Amino acid sequence: MMTLAGRLSSSAVGWILPVVLVGAWEAASRLGEIPPNVLPAPSGVVAAALRLGRTGELAQNIGVSTLRALSGFLVGGGIGLALGLANGLSSLSERLTDTTLQMVRNVPHLAMIPLVILWFGIDEEAKLFLVALGVFFPIYINTLHGIRGVDPHLVEMGRIYGMSPARLFWTVILPGALPSIFVGLRYALGIMWLTLIVAETISASSGIGYMAMQAREFLLVDVVVLSIVIYALLGKLADTVARLLERLSLQWHPAFQTR
Amino acid sequence: MFAAALRRADDTLDLRREPARPQPAFGAAITARGLAKSFGPKTVLAGLDLHVPAGQSVAIVGKSGCGKSTLLRLLVGLDEPTSGSVRLGEGTGHGTARLMFQEPRLLPWRRVSANVEVGLSPAIPSAERRRLALRALGEVGLADRAGEWPAVLSGGQKQRVALGRALVSQPRLLALDEPLGALDALTRIEMQGLVERVWQAQHFTALLVTHDVGEALALADRILVLDAGRIALDLPVDVPRPRRRGDAALAALEGRIIDRLFNDHGAGI
Ligand SMILES: Nc1ncnc2c1ncn2[C@@H]1O[C@H](COP(=O)(O)OP(=O)(O)OP(=O)(O)O)[C@@H](O)[C@H]1O
Ligand SMILES: [Mg+2]
Repeated sequence: MMTLAGRLSSSAVGWILPVVLVGAWEAASRLGEIPPNVLPAPSGVVAAALRLGRTGELAQNIGVSTLRALSGFLVGGGIGLALGLANGLSSLSERLTDTTLQMVRNVPHLAMIPLVILWFGIDEEAKLFLVALGVFFPIYINTLHGIRGVDPHLVEMGRIYGMSPARLFWTVILPGALPSIFVGLRYALGIMWLTLIVAETISASSGIGYMAMQAREFLLVDVVVLSIVIYALLGKLADTVARLLERLSLQWHPAFQTR
Repeated sequence: MFAAALRRADDTLDLRREPARPQPAFGAAITARGLAKSFGPKTVLAGLDLHVPAGQSVAIVGKSGCGKSTLLRLLVGLDEPTSGSVRLGEGTGHGTARLMFQEPRLLPWRRVSANVEVGLSPAIPSAERRRLALRALGEVGLADRAGEWPAVLSGGQKQRVALGRALVSQPRLLALDEPLGALDALTRIEMQGLVERVWQAQHFTALLVTHDVGEALALADRILVLDAGRIALDLPVDVPRPRRRGDAALAALEGRIIDRLFNDHGAGI
């Protein structure tokens, strides 16, 4: 049990180190210890953000990247969830597809980039395909394991109490698999950003990665660092949202009970 | 309308009009003929005949692995016998007999009252379901915990919620498979009293599997000793309730049952 002040101060403790580090970085840059063409000062990065923000370039690139990430995630995650549910619930479906999926899983999805460029060029499909492929497996595997891991005693109880298959799914199986599905979701979000960074850096004509590669050509180190910071912030944001959802839907779970 | 669902006739028995409120004959009678069950080459039950009149409480005792749980599952229609048949009395179709296990088997993601509602048909309006669930929780003494998560309850409280869930639909047949086996001695005695009280109030037919001969004697009208796939001893317990622990008549019966369990053990070696 924690008081509000106690909780605030304990989360504040986590911020001490980052603030000190950024402060030290700024000080070292101002004192000329770090040359600006190697690493600009934090204030320089903020200035770059304001500059690009004013032209609308920044917002546009963030929008493009976010859209790519989310649409790839929805497609890959949706298929992963559907197949995970199907294979967890039906042994026929599993025998039909699981071996194939496990084999494909051993191909690192980023190794597909040359092939994907050949197929799609640098079009949107290329990025969407790679992100979808990347997020598919964590969601698929964790959904499948989640359903497998549902306590068979509870399923039997549902049957004894005369639940229809649909009711059994919604009241027993899906809630039981949810913690595992969330593990897959959070893992997939990490892969989503990673894949997008690689894809945008290699081939794109818009987006954060493209912005970074252009800035590199013109030696704009501050914009390169800004791109990295934005990727980090977007990743953090996605994880925070996922954690919030997890907290909301797993209130019953002892790990999430604050009382 | 739920009472109507309960009254839905089973095709095995003649239709008799039932009073709306639970009466002494409310429970379902059970008749088993030549009941046998094998798992592969292993014969667990070898052709067993049994009749349980409506509303009787029957305890089944026997050594571990002798097939008590198997018999119980066959009697409530959860598994199919290898041969033989089970007939349940009127109103005890599939999904209406209730079973309680050693583990409470509550859904951790449902609050206590919602767990009790699992025992009700989803066809009942939700306000009515909630009212019935709260009443059942009151009967097992947990009305004030309706809004909690199961995770915060003690083992005995969870088992009481499971009892509430089993009873909320007013079943005609309640089968209990060592429901108190995981509880400490004091909680056990308390729970035995509770089970006896609800049984006396509702008059369902009760089948109780237990390791504890004392528990069987405290609760049952009749005790079956199961051995080698057959009923080795079928003993009525004609001791008036409330029964007192250490009662001389009960002690004599306990002696007979334990003799039967042990003699056989000696002969087996
Ligand atoms: N599904 C099954 N498949 C194979 N064998 C089984 C199965 N269920 C039960 N058995 C076997 O049947 C026998 C009786 O099991 P059962 O669970 O009915 O015993 P029990 O009397 O309830 O034992 P306990 O008191 O330990 O609970 C055991 O030898 C067990 O191994
Ligand atoms: Mg058993």
